[in-house]
Formats: sequence, C-alpha cells, structure tokens
Amino acid sequence: MTVIAAATAASTLAACGGGGDDSGGGSGGGDSSANEASDIGITETSIKLGAHFPLTGVAAPGYSEIPTGAQAYFDCLNQAGGVNGREIEYIYRDDAYNPSNTSQVVNQLVLEDEVFAIVGGLGTPTHSAVLDFLNSEGVPDLFVSSGSLLWGDDPETNPYTFGWQTDYMSEGKIIGDYIAENFPDAKVGLFLQDDDFGEDGEAGIREYIDDQIVAAERYTPGNTNVGPQIAALQAAGADFVVGFNVPSYTALSQLTALQLGYDPQWFYSNVGSDPTLVGNLLNNFSQGQVSDASLLDGALTTDYLPTVDEPDNPWVQEFQRIWDECGGEGELTNYRIYGMSQAYTTVQALQAAGQNPTRDGLVEAIETAGSEWEGPVLAPFRYSADSHMGTAGMSISRITGTTTEQVEPVQLTDIGDAEIESYDGEPAEVPENGIPNEESVVD
Amino acid sequence: MSDLQSPTTDTATAPGKATSSPPTEATAGGDQPTATRRRSLLPSSTLLRHLLLLALGAVATVVILEITDPFTNSQLATLSYYAIAAGGLTVLTGMNGQISLGHGALMAVGAYTTALFLSAEEPPPLPLILLAAIVVATAVGALVGVAAARLHGPYLAGATLALAVGLPGLAIYFHDWLGGEQGMRVRAPRAPEAFDSFISTVSGNSATNTKWLAYVGAICLLITYFLLANLVRSRVGRTWRAVRDQEVAAELAGINLGAWRVLAFTVSAAAAGLAGGVLALVVRLAAPSGFTLVLSLSLLTAIVIGGLGSLLGALLGSALLVFLPPFVTDLGAGWGLDNTEAAQLAPFVYGVVLIVAMIFAPAGFIGTLRMRWLTSRAKRSAARSSGG
Repeated sequence: MTVIAAATAASTLAACGGGGDDSGGGSGGGDSSANEASDIGITETSIKLGAHFPLTGVAAPGYSEIPTGAQAYFDCLNQAGGVNGREIEYIYRDDAYNPSNTSQVVNQLVLEDEVFAIVGGLGTPTHSAVLDFLNSEGVPDLFVSSGSLLWGDDPETNPYTFGWQTDYMSEGKIIGDYIAENFPDAKVGLFLQDDDFGEDGEAGIREYIDDQIVAAERYTPGNTNVGPQIAALQAAGADFVVGFNVPSYTALSQLTALQLGYDPQWFYSNVGSDPTLVGNLLNNFSQGQVSDASLLDGALTTDYLPTVDEPDNPWVQEFQRIWDECGGEGELTNYRIYGMSQAYTTVQALQAAGQNPTRDGLVEAIETAGSEWEGPVLAPFRYSADSHMGTAGMSISRITGTTTEQVEPVQLTDIGDAEIESYDGEPAEVPENGIPNEESVVD
Repeated sequence: MSDLQSPTTDTATAPGKATSSPPTEATAGGDQPTATRRRSLLPSSTLLRHLLLLALGAVATVVILEITDPFTNSQLATLSYYAIAAGGLTVLTGMNGQISLGHGALMAVGAYTTALFLSAEEPPPLPLILLAAIVVATAVGALVGVAAARLHGPYLAGATLALAVGLPGLAIYFHDWLGGEQGMRVRAPRAPEAFDSFISTVSGNSATNTKWLAYVGAICLLITYFLLANLVRSRVGRTWRAVRDQEVAAELAGINLGAWRVLAFTVSAAAAGLAGGVLALVVRLAAPSGFTLVLSLSLLTAIVIGGLGSLLGALLGSALLVFLPPFVTDLGAGWGLDNTEAAQLAPFVYGVVLIVAMIFAPAGFIGTLRMRWLTSRAKRSAARSSGG
C-alpha cells in the first residue's frame, strides 16, 4: 500500500508497463511507478478474473452467451493496452446451473487458477453456494448476475460481494407504479416463479397496486405445465398479467394462453423478455407452429441496459464494433451486451483500485466511487459502504415486432419504502474505444 | 452406528497395532469358490483384514491430502460424498439386485437434515448431526424399501425415479421452512483445535477449512466402507446374494425375501443420508437444484462403470465423475478451444468413456479385472491338475 500512496502523487504514463504508450486511455490512475504483483491473481502484466456460468444444460441457452460478450470486451481491451498495462485474463467455467458444481468450479477458480476476483457469477441458488466461501477467503465477488437482494443488502456479513443489475423488488415497484398511473382500471394478475425472484417482485409490485391485483399464480421451475396457472388468471378476470418468470416460461405462458384463447395485456419482467430467445423457444416448444416472437407483440417489459433493437444507440454501436472485431461466432445479442456492460463496470472498478490493486482496495474503490460511475447501464449504481446493491432504476418499453419503443423513461428507486423518482441524468457518452477512464480513488 | 467417530480415533493409532498382527496364509473363503489354496498377506479373519485395510486407507488418506494442493483437497471432499453414496448403492444394486434411481433424493434428505441442524442457534456437535442425517435418511429409506421390496426391475426403477423427481419438490413446497428454490445455506462448523495441531505435526501445512472438510469427508468414507465391507462379507451379505441370484432357492432355504430386501434398501439409504450430510458441508448449500435426477443417474453410472457390487469399483467410478470433467475441460482449453467449447467437451467425453467402458469392460473396471484374474487362475490350476 505504501507504494501506491507514493505513486498517486505523480501523474505521467511513462512507466506503465508494457502498455504504457497505448492510445486507449486504459491506464486510469496514470501513476508513474512500476506495476507490481500486488495481490493474488495480479502480476506485472496481467490480472486474472474468474466466473461461473451455465454453459451446458437447461439454463445454457441465452445465459451461456454472457461470458462470450465479456470475453470479447476484454480481448479488445487487451489489444488497446489493458488496464494500467495489465492484460485481463478471463476464465469462465461451467456449473450447469447446479450449486454442487458451482462450489467445485469456484474452488478451482480460487484455489487452483488463483484468480484476483470473481466477476458476474450467474444465478441465485448457484451463487448462494459460494457466497460464504468467497467472503471467508476474502475474494472480491463482483457484480453477481442475479437480481436477488442477497448480494447487496447486507455488506456487513458479505463485505466482498456486490450486486449489479436492478434487484427484483425495485423492478416490481417501478412496474407497480407504472400500472397505477397508466392502467388504473386494469385487473392485474401475477404470474410468478415460486422463489425469491417471484417473491421480491410481488412484494415490490404490491406496494403500489395491491388493490388492483385479482390473482397471484405461482409456477415451480421444472414443471412445464402452466395450464392451471394461466387458466386461474383467466378465471379471475385478469386483463393485465405481470410475469416474473424466466424466458422459457414466457414462451410457455404465451403458448398456453393461445390455447385457452386468453389475451390480456402482458408485462414481462426484464429477465424473461428477451424477444430473440423467447422467439427461438416458442419455435422449439410449438414444434415450428409459432415461428417467432410475434406473440409477444405489444407486451411491455423493463430495461436497465440498451438492447440490440436500438441500433442507433451509441453504446450498442460500440458494442457491435467490439463484437465484430473481437467476438466469436454468432450475432451480438442482449446477453452479450449484458456481459460487455458487466465487463465495462469491472474495468471501471479495476481502474479505480489504483495502479497496483489489492483485493481490499478493490472493494474500497467500489464503495467510494462506484455510485458515480457512468456507462452503458441506464441508471447509477447504489454502491456505498452501507449498500452493495447494483443499479437502481429501469425504463419501461413496449415490444413491437422485433424492436421496442420506450414508453416510460428511466425511473429510480431503492428497496424498502424508498420513493420512485424520474432519473434526470443524461445517457453517458461512449469513451474512446469503449474503454472507461476512471481515476484511482485508493491511496 | 453409534460409534461413528470412534473408529477414526482408532485409525490414528491403529497402524502399528493392526500391522503387528502377523500375515497368515489364508485358505479360500466362501467368496472365492474357485480358489483351492493361495498365499495371501492379509489376515484370515474378515474383521482383522478390514481393520488392516482401514488403517492403510487412513494412512493413505493423510498422505494424499497432505501432498496435494488445496484444490485437489476440495475435489477429494467432493469425491468422498459421491463415493459414500455410490458405496451404499453398489451394495443395494450389486449385492441385492435392486435398482434405485432415487438415491439423489435420499441424499437430499441427509443434506436438508444437516442444514436444518446447523441452522440452529447452537448446533449440536458435527458427528451427532451427521448421525441424525443418517437416521432420517434411513427412516425414509426403510419406508421406500417396504414399497420397493414388492417391486422388480423396471417397476422398481420407476418407483424410485418418482422419488428422485418428487422429493426435492418438497423443499419448494415448504419454502418458508426449507428455503425453496434458493436452498438453505450451510455454515460448516469450524475445525477443532486438535485438527490444527494434528496437521501442523503431520505436514506443517496450514489447516484451512477446505482441508478440514476434506478430512471430514474422508473419515466418513473410510468408516462407511469399513462397515459396508464387513457387512457384505457376513451372513447378511451372503443372504443378500442368495436373494439376488436365486429367489426360489433362497425362499426354500427359509429366507424372507421381502425383509432382506427392505434391509438392503435401508442400509443403502443410510449411506446416502451420510453422503448427503457431507455434501451439504462441502457444497455449503442444500438446494433442490443440487439433487436433480442427474445426481441419481451419475451415482448409477459410477457403480456400473466401476463394477457392480465392488466398493473399490464404486470409489473408482466416483473418482471418474469428479476428476474427468475438469481434466477434459482443461485439456480442451489447452487445445485452444474457448471456455464454452471446452466446457461442452466434458459431457461428450464422459459419454464416450461410458460407451467405451461398456464395450470393452462390460462388467465395469473392477469386475472385468476380477473376471480376468479368476479366469487365468482357473486356467493355471487346470493346467496344474492335468500336468500332475
């Protein structure tokens, strides 16, 4: 730490390791002293990061694309000089969405690969299995890919863990508020996954439209017959259905409703609404009878990131460039944008942690500066010493054909009884090469 | 079963004692019908022989755990719970001829029992908790066993399949109590101070929590295999084999088929319960997604690939489950595949290994080796008797 303290005084790029003469502005702190192997997973020329994702098995479609997006982003970043002259070495391993596997692969990442930090580990039950391990080993556990409250609302117990995406309760509140204002006469039915995802979402939504809700139906993940639930919503007279469900159940609920001749206004939470994936699933489940996501036409959803159907968005254009230059096979998808955006925030955190980052320094950097970072994420993060919750807001949009149109600008809120307010900040500008340039805040 | 912990404390001191019993020449027991007379370094008494193996196993465990890195330690902890459950299953399937696709669910019973006890304000000592996991799983196993004793082959597979699919659903139904889809987080109790001093005297390594869990798993594994090995070499094991091989003859000999089948299922469930308890400690979570049908099926493949009815085979098959996927993934990454492709290679190679094993070693690794050995010995003795 003393080296870093001495280093922050100066501000030339002269001795920034191998990538000191890069043009990408990747060298955030701009310190003059040499790079050191300051902590586990950090060498003079590299930073090792790890992640766990379902790359095989039932949860793999869609989710397995997230790390490919992040990989493409890191590859382009490395070509432009990396972070303070260090290349990012990104290792992601398969847990098949099974907590027993997650525990094994994270053991491997931490004990064998000796990563500096875990970034973007996906899933609530899967990541729960490694929460205590990572915090007891003191491994930074950044930007968990799940909207559970578990990651951010108790930094005292889990000081190394940070959420990233909008939590499900805040999402529920923003949806509830929107319905109360725009559909005050709607009879609302809820279609919920029977776990904390559905529970948090329901708690949020009930804060605003408890009296409008006529039915709340729950499905168990794995049970592919949702006929009873959809029929119960229809029988209760719901003409507006809000779904807190995963993409496969968006497809199942649409097909079931089609069979029952039930046509309410649908509102799917962000998790379950990716039109491309739902279209593929619909095609799959209906054995070709429904060939695309046209059933979703007119449905409402929420966003906290720009999406592929906004080709004019400068962030999407930049991500498209990165995918074309550094990505693998396939198209840029919303899941890849998710992975790239997460990688962008990770780079911001690494830059803020100074030239020679330490694990504790990284946590301190996010707590100190994280709430001011701008990037592809639509609304600011809530990071502080008291909260490790991720972004706080969402916009609402309507799916029309293969694109979406925004119907409500970004709204901000927080868990509990925090108010909802409109976010008045401007969308962030894209930095050169899509690489952030944060000052070091750790000394 | 009450002396869950005591044989371990024995093993620490046992090597000298057990090896001091002189190697004797063993005549072939009932298990080796083709052997006429052979030399063996092992003692003739089954109990002594297994005690000696237990002591050797304990020494080998300490050596292996101390010379390997922390990640391998954690893999060995994973191996221990697979091997405990597979050991129980191989007794049921290999010795008694009953198939079970429901052992994943019985492991869930053990895991949730452990998680519930550990979430208490002041949890009881770890051996008691694991004992409770065994007792509860045994009770469930006995219930299932009663139904299973009336069923055969595919019907039994179907019934236990229902158990594997249905039971984890209870955790979602009683989600306030059992944590639902998200599961119950498990805080494994810290290692006692005696463990720290034991490790520092033995090897000087740091006594991490990972190492402690690996030792807990290994101790449970050794005790389970010791007890199971004794059981299958006893009257009970012989009766099970009789029930498996010739139902009518066994019944004529006065064996109550149903009762012995229930007993086999119960013993097997007890092992699954202990495995579940160890799993909860090692994984630090008991969640329905950890106890899918895939778990039950992998246990079955482990015992089939290792050799039905052989504890060593169950151990080898479990080792394949644990070590093959990361090995293949790293190999794939070394060939320049990206992480996704490397991860997808693992199930593929596993399938290929399974098929190749079934073609070239249809009785499993251990079973095929044993058959080869028996055949060559029979040939030799035939050659000797014709020569003399």
